Amino acid sequence: MEDNSRSKNRREFIQSGMRLSLALALGSVSGLALSKVVKDEYVWQIDPFECTQCGRCATECVMTPSAVKCVHAYDLCGYCDLCGGYFKPDANQLSTAAENQLCPTAAIERRFIEEPYFEYIINEDLCIGCAKCVEGCTAFGNGSLHLQIIHDICLNCNECAIARVCPSNAIKRVKAENSYLIKGDFSKEQES
Amino acid sequence: MKINNMDMIKKMKLIFFLFTVFYLFSTGISAQQQRFPKPEFESGYEQPSTITPEPRALALEYFDVLVLLVVLSLATWLALKKRSRQGILWLSVFTLIYFGFYRNGCICSIGAIQNVTLSFADPGYAISLTALLFFILPLAFTLFFGRTFCAGACPLGAIQDLVIFKPLSLPKWLNKTLGIIPYIYLSLAVLFAATGTDFIICRYDPFVGIFRMDAKFHMVVLGISFLLMGMFVARPYCRFFCPYGVLLSWMSRFSRWHLTITPARCIQCKLCTNSCPFDAIDFPTNEKEVVKSGLGPKKFLTYALLIPLWMIMGIFAGERSHTWLSKANQDVYLAELLISNPEMKNDPDNIDVQTFLASGKTMETLVQEAEVIRRKFYFGSMIAGGFIGLVVGMTLLNTVVFRKRQDFEPHKGNCVSCGRCMDYCPVEK
Repeated sequence: MEDNSRSKNRREFIQSGMRLSLALALGSVSGLALSKVVKDEYVWQIDPFECTQCGRCATECVMTPSAVKCVHAYDLCGYCDLCGGYFKPDANQLSTAAENQLCPTAAIERRFIEEPYFEYIINEDLCIGCAKCVEGCTAFGNGSLHLQIIHDICLNCNECAIARVCPSNAIKRVKAENSYLIKGDFSKEQES
Repeated sequence: MKINNMDMIKKMKLIFFLFTVFYLFSTGISAQQQRFPKPEFESGYEQPSTITPEPRALALEYFDVLVLLVVLSLATWLALKKRSRQGILWLSVFTLIYFGFYRNGCICSIGAIQNVTLSFADPGYAISLTALLFFILPLAFTLFFGRTFCAGACPLGAIQDLVIFKPLSLPKWLNKTLGIIPYIYLSLAVLFAATGTDFIICRYDPFVGIFRMDAKFHMVVLGISFLLMGMFVARPYCRFFCPYGVLLSWMSRFSRWHLTITPARCIQCKLCTNSCPFDAIDFPTNEKEVVKSGLGPKKFLTYALLIPLWMIMGIFAGERSHTWLSKANQDVYLAELLISNPEMKNDPDNIDVQTFLASGKTMETLVQEAEVIRRKFYFGSMIAGGFIGLVVGMTLLNTVVFRKRQDFEPHKGNCVSCGRCMDYCPVEK
């Protein structure tokens, strides 16, 4: 009996010793990590100046349809009749005919304002984030159309599946307070 | 001022054509100029504003942590104090609905390992408090109360638990062999997270596609096959893959209190052994059998001395495979591709190569960055290999260790505190 209780005490002693060391290890890891903690939550966002319009945003997002959609920075738009983001380069006329539109889902609405200005509005429900209009607008236009991650669709994955394959590393973590990088509010220093 | 439309269109078409041709040869647009100035409208037109829906409120993220805390406490109370299997079952259903389907299975404590790793490895990465708490809280609870997280608070565990239909008992050697996979998964996850390569726990999570109700085809296949497997081999992910389970089993082995099968004493009726789908109940040891089987200090010493050998083999294997492992990293892959196949530079369809060439970054810089990452993989793989060697050695050592046991007890490392055995035990308090 004496032997049993002694060996039990020894086992319990070792057990509590290991428990203490595990608790210390856990405590030190958490303490160290706490020193690097930030109170803000981070969300994913596309830097429109880094984006090269590769089209992966439409296919790589874990959501279908993608959480990436095109947004229009109206402050930068030229309201042109011949919109580089709306019309295909080989358009036969400047009308809303589907054969002339760049957008594969016809998500851009073209509306006449006054001579010779047209307004281009994106129907978010139809946009798939393929960046064809962005490419056109950036090439011949002001670049007012650009892709952004829309946060009521985005699940804020721990690792963004699109960010993993973005060829220009344009998707980065931004603070949740300023979760959009819309051109106009956020513009790179202009080279004058 | 009226502008002649036809002339304007012809002119713009020409400019458009020239620009498109120009653009095809230079994709780097960094300075955005307003080529066409914003018009001043005469007709009183009001421009629409760009709608920017806000992300989930920060307060709700902290609410998730509170829910985790409440669920963990409840699971612990139900398993240890109230001893109610029904309670744990319904709690796990709630966890499945809340953390699984409502929160889409992200963020989870399993993936939080990677966040913590990255916060140590990358000074530029800021870990959020919620991620850290998701990592720490279950471990802290487990250190004192056993793996109640697995039973009540983990959505992946909950979904596997609910599909158990006819659980098979696996042979011991299979259990032990497959039990090494979580250690490998943990080492690789930490290695890949620390080098900033990938979050493989998130990427290969079989159930997140089901929680999101939206996934690529191969993820759906993976999820469904795990669930089908789970009908006959209970909790396959938990037992044979979960990297967080490694940490939890360490904490649980030395927990202060743990779920007990019987509320008072064991009457050796063996009813509990039929109830456990996970082979997590240890049988009482028969001393006579043990003496016959030849276990003893000599065998123990042999196995113990072999452990350094396993570790060296592991380190060697790690060193041999570090080149191959490093290719998972985007930069290393690109550098290798361009060095071994320089003709890829002329391939217009390869987006990564073309973007790299257009970015203005030199090959030297890319190769330098790749070498830094490969160096990290060199040391990391050796550490991972040595760790796995140690695990293999310890697993083998455990097979020759004799532990005197009189009663039927849950294995403190493997028991997930589901409470089925408590239901089956006929002993009244």
